[in-house]
Amino acid sequence: MELAFLINIIEAGLRTGTPLLFATLGELITERAGVLNLGVEGMMLVGALAGFAVAYGTGNPWIGVLVAMLAGGVISLLHAFVSITLRGDQVVSGLALTFVGTGLTSVLGAPYVQVRDVPRLPVLPVPFLYDIPLIGPSILWPLFGEKQNVIFFIGLLLVPAVWFWIERTRPGLQLRAIGEKPAAADAVGVNVGALRYFYVFVGGLFAGLAGASLSLAITPLWINEMTAGQGWIAVGLVIFAGWNPWRALMGAYIFGALRRLPLDLQAIAWLPFASNPILGVWLNMIPYLFTILALVFSSREAIRKRLGAPAALGIPYVRGERGA
Amino acid sequence: MKNSPYALEMQGVPYALEMRGITKRFPGVLANDNVNFAVKRGEIHALLGENGAGKSTLMNMVNGLYRPDEGQILLDGKSIKFSSPRDAIDNGVGMVHQHFMLVPTQTVSENLILGQKTPRFYINYKKLEQDIADLSQKFGLAVEPNAKIWQLSVGEQQRVEILKMLYQGAKLLIMDEPTAVLTPQEVTDLFKTLREMTATGHTIIFISHKLDEVVEIADRVTVLRRGRVESTVDGKSTSKAELARLMVGREVLFRIQKKPANPTAAALVIDHVSCENDRGLPSLRDLSLTVRSGEVVGIAGVAGNGQTELAQVIAGLRQATSGAVIVQGQNVTNQPATATIDQGLAYIPADRNGVGSSPNLNLADNLILKSYRQPPIGQGWRIDLRLVRAQAEQLIEQFDVKTPNVDLPARLLSGGNLQKLILAREISRQPKVIIAVYPVRGLDVGAIESIHQMLIDERDRGAGILLISEDLDELLSLSDRIVVLFEGQIVGEVPPDDDLINEIGLMMAGTKVEQSHAT
Repeated sequence: MELAFLINIIEAGLRTGTPLLFATLGELITERAGVLNLGVEGMMLVGALAGFAVAYGTGNPWIGVLVAMLAGGVISLLHAFVSITLRGDQVVSGLALTFVGTGLTSVLGAPYVQVRDVPRLPVLPVPFLYDIPLIGPSILWPLFGEKQNVIFFIGLLLVPAVWFWIERTRPGLQLRAIGEKPAAADAVGVNVGALRYFYVFVGGLFAGLAGASLSLAITPLWINEMTAGQGWIAVGLVIFAGWNPWRALMGAYIFGALRRLPLDLQAIAWLPFASNPILGVWLNMIPYLFTILALVFSSREAIRKRLGAPAALGIPYVRGERGA
Repeated sequence: MKNSPYALEMQGVPYALEMRGITKRFPGVLANDNVNFAVKRGEIHALLGENGAGKSTLMNMVNGLYRPDEGQILLDGKSIKFSSPRDAIDNGVGMVHQHFMLVPTQTVSENLILGQKTPRFYINYKKLEQDIADLSQKFGLAVEPNAKIWQLSVGEQQRVEILKMLYQGAKLLIMDEPTAVLTPQEVTDLFKTLREMTATGHTIIFISHKLDEVVEIADRVTVLRRGRVESTVDGKSTSKAELARLMVGREVLFRIQKKPANPTAAALVIDHVSCENDRGLPSLRDLSLTVRSGEVVGIAGVAGNGQTELAQVIAGLRQATSGAVIVQGQNVTNQPATATIDQGLAYIPADRNGVGSSPNLNLADNLILKSYRQPPIGQGWRIDLRLVRAQAEQLIEQFDVKTPNVDLPARLLSGGNLQKLILAREISRQPKVIIAVYPVRGLDVGAIESIHQMLIDERDRGAGILLISEDLDELLSLSDRIVVLFEGQIVGEVPPDDDLINEIGLMMAGTKVEQSHAT
């Protein structure tokens, strides 16, 4: 029974961890470029609603995903404008973006709250694993849920792609440079402002994708504030992952599993407090608590350096200013 | 016609770089005023001037960071208008900045290709590192291609900067105060490299305010003062004194003129003090020292032997584990810093930006940091802002702090002006004791001279001064007696006599010397 329990948890982690993975990867890219965007939650909501509405209207979930990404990208430009062009405070601007996203979607999303018959993203069987002798059919396959939504596979492909982009390509080299020392990049002719805009936009695309994968795959519904703090977990996960895509993958799955934990724990009869409703309330606090702890923990400069935080993270770039 | 920038061109040989009638204004400042400046191909041309004379501004216009308000820039005889550093690089102009423009977390190779057009997408690190190794060999600039920048010494980082410029095809290399951060050995290596580069047809502009170096390395020297060209002279036939006069606009005293000291009662007594450093290890060990009113006591020693800790213990910024600090007869051991301030102690810390001033406060606010608690500035719970302003304007005038106004944030002041501001604050309170830690580090000759004069004037007024410095020349010039600090203890005391430099050096290295010279 314990093995089945464990398999259940892991399977849930892979599934519900995927939207988190998208959001985390997006924020990771943005932060590697030196811009902190705390608006992930808002961008995810915008993506979730846009994807849901378009998929419902067109009958095609893929068009929904595409529009969701664009919507996330477009709304992220608000943050780019404030933090890059106006050189405003990135924390304040990011928070504002979350409020904008939350408010906007609760107004525009009202007509969709009752909609149930939205086209979902397809589910595909997990390949290869069943054919592995012995542990294949009994453990590995159930572990991955036998079938997984297509977003799971997209997530698995995106991680190496993002890693390759950042670590092995010329655009990636420039991305890292503008996040570590924009003055050095500027001095050799890299356009710091334009590139930062681009990567904030990319972060928005990813957050939009994360939102759409919630509303078109995980829970194919539109509910107000359906992201339930996952955008905040993503912000914390970027730190947890030390700005590394592979560790982001791990972190996203772990937190995906954690989200399911309260439900699964309640099924275990011998745990004394499992059925206590207050437990659920406490577990719901985890995302916010985790984000706060991650931010507090990483606020000490020495720790941030050791974790691998981009040196120019959160600092607007002004040409010629000392210390830039 | 020596100073005419047009002489060579009339012979049909264009200058590598020529600037005609360049004017550049910033809000409140005229940085460059009708500057004419010409550099011959293959020469090392020094651009000399005090901090704030407009050297970096002028060169940043060649480098594409700024655009001139008026005037024309010619490169190899062709008029150019750069709109970005990229443009400058594409036209063979590279600038090595004082603060290196390198990404610390990336490797040497990555830094070299950051601004390049190739490779277009995929970076083959193996091949790249081979290419870089070949290149560094070709120019005789040894660096490890896959070393991360933060792992390199400052001298090595500078080599990477130079290599980066050469890799990008720079023909004209601008070096902004390249020796400021180097050890003497590294300076020698750098000069050798520069000579080799001019031999292969590169042209070098060498921005500096250090006279010794300029005399040593430059073929020609252009002196800037207050944004204008003072003169262009031949590097081989000029002298330190001539350059200093051009730079400052008057004769410069390399050694301060002072009367014999007239020490009276003890102003500062340090009685068997011990303390720990930041890592919790013993720093000062049972140190005793007396500074009397009207004398300058110099502390010599290699950095890290307890100098900083000594100053901090006296100023109330570090706990003494034993012993006593007595200022003007009052025991202030381990009292808050306000107690020492109230006893008339002035502290000029080594860290001007972090401890000596508050970078984001304006000049007026910085000037009252030690006087806001008492009348006439502090009036109970409020501060007399009108008086603050009036006093600030008067102090800035009196201490010759160059600034457009007193509302400027302190961080925008140059090093020399910031130090004058700090001295203005400390001295205006008529202190009984002054602790000065590396008071002129990084400053140019003009500022050094005026700060030294201020300290000597304070001595003659009757203040007791404790001067901590790494610069033996400074110690010998200012001090009335010199004590040498080694591993938190005083290992000897000597009079400020030039002939004793060797003995001081030996004591700084920890050798106990017979105290026959002690007065």
